[in-house]
Amino acid sequence: MTPASSPQDDGAIAEIISQIIEGHAHLEGPLLPMLHALQEEFGVIHEAAHAPLCKALTITRAELKGVISFYHDFREKPAGKHVLKICRAEACQSMGGTALAERLLEKLGLDWHGTTPDGKLTVEPVYCLGLCACAPAAMVDEKLIARADEVRVEKALSAKNIGVSA
Amino acid sequence: MKIYVPMDSAAKALGADEVAAKLTQEIAARGLEAEIVRNGTRGMIWLEPLVEIEKDGERLAYGPIAEEDVAALLDGQIETLGTVEDIPFFARQTRLTFERCGVIDPLSLDDYEAHGGLEGLKRAIGMSQDAIIDEVKTSGLRGRGGAGFPTGIKWDTVRLAHAPQKYIVCNADEGDSGTFADRMIMEGDPFTLIEGMAIAGLGCGATKGYVYTRSEYPDAVAVMRQAIEIARAAGVLGPNVLGCGRAFDMEVRVGAGAYVCGEETSLLNSLEGKRGVVRAKPPLPALEGFLGRPTVVNNVISLATVPVIFAKGAEHYANFGLGRSKGTMPIQIAGNVKFGGLFETAFGMPLGTLVNEVAGGTASGRPVKAVQVGGPLGAYLHTDQFDTPFGYEEFDGQKALIGHAGIVVFDDTADMLAMARFAMEFCAVESCGKCTPCRIGAVRGVETIDRIKEGDASAIPLLEDLCEVMTDGSLCALGGFTPYPVLSALRHFPEEFAPNTAQKEAAE
Ligand SMILES: Cc1cc2nc3c(=O)[nH]c(=O)nc-3n(C[C@H](O)[C@H](O)[C@H](O)COP(=O)(O)O)c2cc1C
Ligand code: SF4
Ligand code: FES
Ligand code: FES
Repeated sequence: MTPASSPQDDGAIAEIISQIIEGHAHLEGPLLPMLHALQEEFGVIHEAAHAPLCKALTITRAELKGVISFYHDFREKPAGKHVLKICRAEACQSMGGTALAERLLEKLGLDWHGTTPDGKLTVEPVYCLGLCACAPAAMVDEKLIARADEVRVEKALSAKNIGVSA
Repeated sequence: MKIYVPMDSAAKALGADEVAAKLTQEIAARGLEAEIVRNGTRGMIWLEPLVEIEKDGERLAYGPIAEEDVAALLDGQIETLGTVEDIPFFARQTRLTFERCGVIDPLSLDDYEAHGGLEGLKRAIGMSQDAIIDEVKTSGLRGRGGAGFPTGIKWDTVRLAHAPQKYIVCNADEGDSGTFADRMIMEGDPFTLIEGMAIAGLGCGATKGYVYTRSEYPDAVAVMRQAIEIARAAGVLGPNVLGCGRAFDMEVRVGAGAYVCGEETSLLNSLEGKRGVVRAKPPLPALEGFLGRPTVVNNVISLATVPVIFAKGAEHYANFGLGRSKGTMPIQIAGNVKFGGLFETAFGMPLGTLVNEVAGGTASGRPVKAVQVGGPLGAYLHTDQFDTPFGYEEFDGQKALIGHAGIVVFDDTADMLAMARFAMEFCAVESCGKCTPCRIGAVRGVETIDRIKEGDASAIPLLEDLCEVMTDGSLCALGGFTPYPVLSALRHFPEEFAPNTAQKEAAE
């Protein structure tokens, strides 16, 4: 999920965007696959992709905006370099998930959807990771953590060089 | 020697990858003749990572195994649990849909066939469309996604619709808290789902299928995609399914973090690349579904149960169960339980047996207080309701629902007012925004419950009225069923909504 890091000029970006759009144009209902691919490439749905997407799919800018804003996954502003997701749903609550989330947010000095000032970490709520039989659950980037507690989450964060203050 | 280490997400989240890596290292260091197989999970999540060692014709289980235990395991110093089939939680089950899950290598088509895979599809190929639909009707299979609609009738509607292109869409958006059966089968026995969709395609005259799953399930997406490629290369999918002259192919699509996209019409909009807003019915998706064409939308478990129905016969399947709830249900035992995991059993087992015996009570050792069945839109059941048999009509009679059959257990520390508030909050966050009772009602619901918490008893009838409006006036079950958890919490635990307790707790 980490955005491609090398700085790119506008021409190169436009080229990648058009490749992604063309690569998915043959699909039935291609917009979501295109948006996923764009976000995987850039970490956000790049502004520069709006016009070519609208043109390729013959939709209006308002329609495109409507789709991007409907889904929790799609970002118009970049997230931190890493993302910590903490499950807020019922099975995790039954195993102390709410308190765990509160303590982690407090230690990180963040609210839900917040990003640390150094841009390293964004914390997001998630509603069920399918780990409800080994709750509570969390996720650091692609790495799932079951029976999550502060120690296990902090260990996963420190593997990404993210320290958690006491 | 074969060593099985699950690659199921839950096992991985408990360290299975690290165990597998360590095993590889130790096997090389010791010069052992051993093959590591990454299987699915057997569903006993409290024992994960559950490692099985097969040698001399015996397959023995060990677990939970940590990375640090690997050397001792290979030294024979860890006591076995016996065979998986001997573990009481497993021995008590009737595994039909999940028969192969955790037994085989999920990505080996040979292994799949050696364990009865493709028998159902081969039988279906020799049957007329009519006969295929009749078989599903006779099995009594009802939708496992929540609504419990008879699958055969849905298929028949699509079969009878005239259109040049029809679709089979698998709803793998499994967003309910407490559920993971769809994920487990996609990661542990993906060919079963592929086979079930191919049979659906033959029965309805649909040549194209989609599996719409969640972005929260990256492992399931990866396994499904690999399995589809393998099936295509082997001619199970493609222009000429197993040489029968008819076509069926499929692909995986990934959602983008919206619970409501599990609702079938919202899902279809999402698949088309639109906002996941719910569509009014009629028209039924069976007549005007994906891109306006006739479409079967079925849950993963509905479709993954089709192969065993065709392999063993509809009557065999229908002989299990209770009343109009026929066959088996993969019940997902979750939350505050000692033995969490997947328990497939014939319909009819009382809820209390599931919670107290199968799940072994709470993990915390404290008394059970409430059990939420059927996800965030399901009711909280009180221990007084524990003799309710697990079945569609039986739960309906308790103002509850079985939904996708997740059961989430809470101990006596649970704050039922907070759970009711969460149900409203969740509805507000996930509402698609199409209708007012849901979009605005859920926000008002949170505020009203906050007033109750602050000691305003007059807000209780307001909450009840609001729930009535949501139930009657919502277009789909997100707004329409949120009152289930809210009102069940209020009815079964009124003391937690009483002004003095609520106020006292607020003051603490
Ligand atoms: C808010 C909401 C979420 C739903 N989520 C799912 C889901 O994740 N998976 C599912 O199979 N059905 C879900 N459903 C039910 C579907 O609308 C539909 O009934 C089901 O996919 C039909 O398949 P079945 O007959 O095999 O159960 C949901 C319904 C609502 C209202
Ligand atoms: S009840 Fe809620 S989610 Fe369902 S259609 Fe209405 S606004 Fe959308
Ligand atoms: S409720 Fe948290 S993982 Fe399912
Ligand atoms: S949004 Fe449905 S009445 Fe206004």
